[in-house]
Amino acid sequence: MSLVDPTIAILITGALVGMTGALLGSFLVLRGNSMLADAISHSILFGIAVAWLLTGQTSGPVQIIGAALSGVLAVFLIELLTRTRRLRDDAAIGLVFPALFSAGVVLINVYARDVHLDEHTVLLGEIGFVWLDTLTIAGMEIPRAMLTLSVMLLVDALFVLAFFKTLKLATFDADLARVLGLMPGLIFYAHLSLLSGTAVAAFDAVGVVLFISFVVVPPAAAYLVTQRLVSLIALAMLIAAASAPIGYWMAVWLDVSIGGMMALSTGGFLLLAYCWRRLRDHRHYRSRSLEPPPASSA
Amino acid sequence: MSHSPSDPDVHHDPSIALHLEDLTVSYGERPALWDIDLDVPAGVMAGIIGPNGAGKSTLIKAILGLVPVSAGHIRLFGEPYGQQRRRVGYVPQRSSVDWEFPTTAVDVVTMGLYGQLSWWRWPGRGERDQALRALEQVSMESLADRQISELSGGQQQRVFIARALVQNPDILLLDEPMAGVDATTERQIIDLLRRLRDDGRTVIVVHHDLQTVQRYFDWLAFLNVRIIAAGALEHVYTANNLRRAYGGQVALLDEAQNRPNAPSDA
Repeated sequence: MSLVDPTIAILITGALVGMTGALLGSFLVLRGNSMLADAISHSILFGIAVAWLLTGQTSGPVQIIGAALSGVLAVFLIELLTRTRRLRDDAAIGLVFPALFSAGVVLINVYARDVHLDEHTVLLGEIGFVWLDTLTIAGMEIPRAMLTLSVMLLVDALFVLAFFKTLKLATFDADLARVLGLMPGLIFYAHLSLLSGTAVAAFDAVGVVLFISFVVVPPAAAYLVTQRLVSLIALAMLIAAASAPIGYWMAVWLDVSIGGMMALSTGGFLLLAYCWRRLRDHRHYRSRSLEPPPASSA
Repeated sequence: MSHSPSDPDVHHDPSIALHLEDLTVSYGERPALWDIDLDVPAGVMAGIIGPNGAGKSTLIKAILGLVPVSAGHIRLFGEPYGQQRRRVGYVPQRSSVDWEFPTTAVDVVTMGLYGQLSWWRWPGRGERDQALRALEQVSMESLADRQISELSGGQQQRVFIARALVQNPDILLLDEPMAGVDATTERQIIDLLRRLRDDGRTVIVVHHDLQTVQRYFDWLAFLNVRIIAAGALEHVYTANNLRRAYGGQVALLDEAQNRPNAPSDA
């Protein structure tokens, strides 16, 4: 068994993208701004193009940092527009990310016609080819995407473990976090920089669209069936990891896009979670003969 | 209550729990609070009352540094908020958070202690015990491990109060704690706040129900973007001040005046 075996490489890389995305995505979904994942994932094209223009590199740490910076730039611009109170935040998101994405496309079209920087790959990726681009480390051949994503998963996991209570309070009640002196704004930007960095690490392998579905769908599914933050995150990561092999075998069986089937598998889990929740609520309120609680927006 | 804002000693007088001077806060071009001077003495149960849009919540948020202040300054026990963080308990409006968040009552109360733990430390057994004791103070210990979305409005409000109590604060700021709670819970909350006051703590409550003002508070501030009047209840709770604070909202005013022990013009 080798890490560059196509099946092994595809399965491990898919699971790594899924787990990293779901880990960071859990906090995003709970904050109610999943659309930021979309904004960030598109805005990173701008950072990738600029980092290439400045350094000539199309992958590696420089690209990840460039992307992280452009993701942060996107979030900063969105917050700036929202704060003017002339624009709602969804409109601000809709303004900022197409602007940065198209700026990235224009830069690539003008300066990088002959270089391997392709906006179609950024959007869709091709997980089927991750085993072709390899590195050798300590005598072992390993696909580049697998290595980058392992590093990002480690960094993201350390970040979440170290700042868990701040992340949690900033998500549940950002005002109290600020009142207690925990600097939720800083944590928010750090979280979104890591999300941007992870997105660029993922875009080679799976493309932006599959990455967004890993960020949003597994946490949304886990949210329906868990009642604790830690179990929500664990279940979201598990669902994401399981979607990789399920999607892969369905894709092979139906001879369709592997990345697409992995994304579709996360949707299957969401449907299952939704049905389970409906059933549980139904039994719960019938057994206690209670009215469902009113929406908590009182 | 006789301190004049220009008295230089007031800035560092620790017997004044809350000192606001020339405080102005604006959203865009419209001022939400205009040139506020206010001194709340320590150990009172103070009500902040005024019509909708008077800036009551904004006042609390400005004290806590949650909204940018355009002018003026704020002192808690003679010091800026940043140096008094641990002495302040904040109970935001219940509707300010998502109660579907995956967590339990005791866990929400534990959040009140997050500021006292070093940044990498997870709360442990000790923090949980402290949180359970705070829940006992609001008679909620039996529901400690209940998912927060399964609690009633009054229970959620008591969890929020316990979250402020767990910090053992010297001053408590509550933003409409009686909004949307049943009569029993309201009585429990007011009894608890009175006990805290009798304990020597300062309790400041944003309140909107004119009918209960006289029974609940011993100190009042009428707010309508500016401070209309502030001081001990018996000095400032007058029909004239009510009229000046509530302006054209005659119906509200009449309702308050038709109560049996409504204030008459002093």
